Amino acid sequence: MSSRAGLGNRRSAGVRTEGDRARRFVFATLLVMLLGLLGACSRHAAETWDLTEIRGYLPDLGFSLKTGGNRTITAADLRGKVVLLYFGYTHCPDVCPTTMAKMAGVLHELGASADGVRLLFVSVDPKRDTPALVEAYAKAFGPQCIGAVGTAAETEDLARKYRVAYEALKPDSDGNYDVMHSKGIYVFDGRGRARLLISDTDKSQAIVHDLRQLVSPRA
Amino acid sequence: MTFPRFLALALGLSLSLAFSNAHAAATGAVSAPVETVKPWVRWMPANLPAAGYVTLVNPSKEDVVLAGVSSPDYAEVMLHESYTAADGSAGMRMVDRLTIPAGGRVALAPGGYHLMLMDARHRIEPGDTVVIDLAFADGRHVSVRFPVKPANTRS
Repeated sequence: MSSRAGLGNRRSAGVRTEGDRARRFVFATLLVMLLGLLGACSRHAAETWDLTEIRGYLPDLGFSLKTGGNRTITAADLRGKVVLLYFGYTHCPDVCPTTMAKMAGVLHELGASADGVRLLFVSVDPKRDTPALVEAYAKAFGPQCIGAVGTAAETEDLARKYRVAYEALKPDSDGNYDVMHSKGIYVFDGRGRARLLISDTDKSQAIVHDLRQLVSPRA
Repeated sequence: MTFPRFLALALGLSLSLAFSNAHAAATGAVSAPVETVKPWVRWMPANLPAAGYVTLVNPSKEDVVLAGVSSPDYAEVMLHESYTAADGSAGMRMVDRLTIPAGGRVALAPGGYHLMLMDARHRIEPGDTVVIDLAFADGRHVSVRFPVKPANTRS
């Protein structure tokens, strides 16, 4: 009984006059207009990025390398595509395939947008990696993956240009050797401009978010 | 219970025990130094080196030490560890001995410890199963069947 009395009390305290209604209507209208204005602003504002932005820190995408069938591939062949540039080597059994598999998962999650993306795997082991081998390796991870390799001098130049460190370690008695190499992936937009850095600690969700934004930029 | 009935039961019981012991000995289950959880191999094209992953669980009260790895399916198997150098680049190093602590576990997983599998003795494809032998410092060993999965498998 006491709770019902309480309710009744509150109701009687909230009796609205005609003047109240008018003020509320004006306030609500203003609020809607303000929200609309904010919405319009955010459509034109810069997009937010989850990955590390590198715009202006690296040269535009530029290279001339060999891929499967000993075909020459250059940056011009990838114009209009968002390019993920990753340096590695095919005899790397753990780190490179793990990174490639993670990116393959990202491409899968992108769905139809994945067609606007190419994952370019560039070998830092031109001594062992032939164009055919590096292409077979890349294609094992998905149709959007491309493998490419240059001469020793071309590889050095490209690595210097994109500040990628690599070093072939001392071979064992069988001639097998490991190659130390940078783990980051550079992302270039459809116009070949360096935009983002993917590090191995970045979550797939963040990569998917940013790539989707790069593939179909907002107006 | 009649005596013949008791005899039949006892005989049956001892027979089944004997069978399970023989079965355990054949699979190495009784003497297995570790339990192996989720073994798998990431397939690589063109007979490139592949990686094997598995979690080793040691339920015993003694540490066990993995001291050797080999395979009837690969000419060379090595225990490796991927690591990140001070400059952020990725490297690999050989691991001679790996201790699985008493009551603990060690994961051979992407980006860390892994079995490097080189020079397959025959053609291996995703969907196949390969065998890797794990030899322990105390002389025990265990043969583990690893399913071979496609290159783009996450984990």
